[in-house]
Amino acid sequence: MSLYTLDARRLLCPLPVIRTQDKIKQLQVGDELEVTSTDPGVMQDIPTWCSINGHKVLETQQQNNDYIIRLQVGE
Amino acid sequence: MSKQIKAVALISGGLDSMLAAQTVIEQGVHVEGINFFTGFCVEGHTHAIRKKDKAKPKRNNSLWVAEQLGMKLHIVDIIEEYKDVLINPKYGYGANMNPCLDCKIFMVNKAKQWIQENDFDFIITGEVMGQRPMSQRKETMPVVARESGADDLLLRPLCAKNLPITKPEREGWVNRELLHDFSGRSRKPQMALADEFGFEDYAQPAGGCCFLTDKSYSKKLVDLWETRGDKDYDLDDVMLLKVGRHIRPNPRFKIMVAREEGEARFMTGYKKTFINMNCSTHRGPLALLVGEPNEEDIKLAAKILARYGQGREAQEVGVEVRLLNGEIQQINIKPLLVTEIPQAWFI
Ligand code: SF4
Repeated sequence: MSLYTLDARRLLCPLPVIRTQDKIKQLQVGDELEVTSTDPGVMQDIPTWCSINGHKVLETQQQNNDYIIRLQVGE
Repeated sequence: MSKQIKAVALISGGLDSMLAAQTVIEQGVHVEGINFFTGFCVEGHTHAIRKKDKAKPKRNNSLWVAEQLGMKLHIVDIIEEYKDVLINPKYGYGANMNPCLDCKIFMVNKAKQWIQENDFDFIITGEVMGQRPMSQRKETMPVVARESGADDLLLRPLCAKNLPITKPEREGWVNRELLHDFSGRSRKPQMALADEFGFEDYAQPAGGCCFLTDKSYSKKLVDLWETRGDKDYDLDDVMLLKVGRHIRPNPRFKIMVAREEGEARFMTGYKKTFINMNCSTHRGPLALLVGEPNEEDIKLAAKILARYGQGREAQEVGVEVRLLNGEIQQINIKPLLVTEIPQAWFI
């Protein structure tokens, strides 16, 4: 299992979701990905996208203007 | 064990594609959704920008549909490839700058490639014959199937009974009898089917879910192309046409005035790209100057901008102008009267 990061700042939804999806395609089951975005919409869209596509959201947090989502790649 | 049949459904986030996908899911087919992001989609960006939308949940309708139907959703960025569809549509534009027929052909073609790469069997769309004046007419339905290369792998479950039989029906992957025969502009059959499926709270965007069908947006896009002298565009152009009041006093420049806080925040991200200004003596919005304004133009822009600030009735208003070389100028002007801004300047 490895930890990866994705900088999706200054992109507006659905682009951060698309970038997350494309990044996950390159990862293995069990890998973790931390996505940083400046669009608050990701706090809803990325967890929804994860739940329908079988990935797990481990943590969400806001740091100043950044919205950070840590997720684990599923099957 | 017989092979599990798989279909991909084009999901726009609206009701029709949701119903079409569910109709096929009910027949035991494994359905996944695909959503194409052209850059002109109404949701997402606009929700993030406009403060007034804050009261509504910032949901992405395509994701919501997929969640409701319990299916996977693949969102595909087609911003670059879509340029050619929009700039050179073989079948022209609809009432505004919407190249719907070419757009449909393009998307179904992309879906065709996707099913080949992912070993899926057929494609589903929510099209209804006669529903839309351009892309969903009786004559154009076969055009989409043929020119996209999808041919009889394209199933439109909501009006399949009005159309020639397709491969999924012929092969018995779906039962034609359980598909529908909707036609025309009435939404009643869709509403009834939504009730039957127990769908509530589905999206019914008044102006559709694409900015290209919007008159005022289309006008701004045409203005951009005309003043620039070519039809190319990038995502920043697409986004900036969605925000602010656009006023063009002459071909050299236009002034974009933020209409509310959310837009101002968004436009702040472009302060290094464009000359920008705001009132320094009164509260007022941020404005970007797009193009190549000369000194007189900048003064005129300041007078227009001041019209939208709290100093609109004042004899003199101070405006801070930030030039691209980093220089900051302070100018004092008298705001224009409403009557001094010709209607023709508003794009
Ligand atoms: S409204 Fe027309 S141009 Fe816009 S996405 Fe739909 S089919 Fe394409």
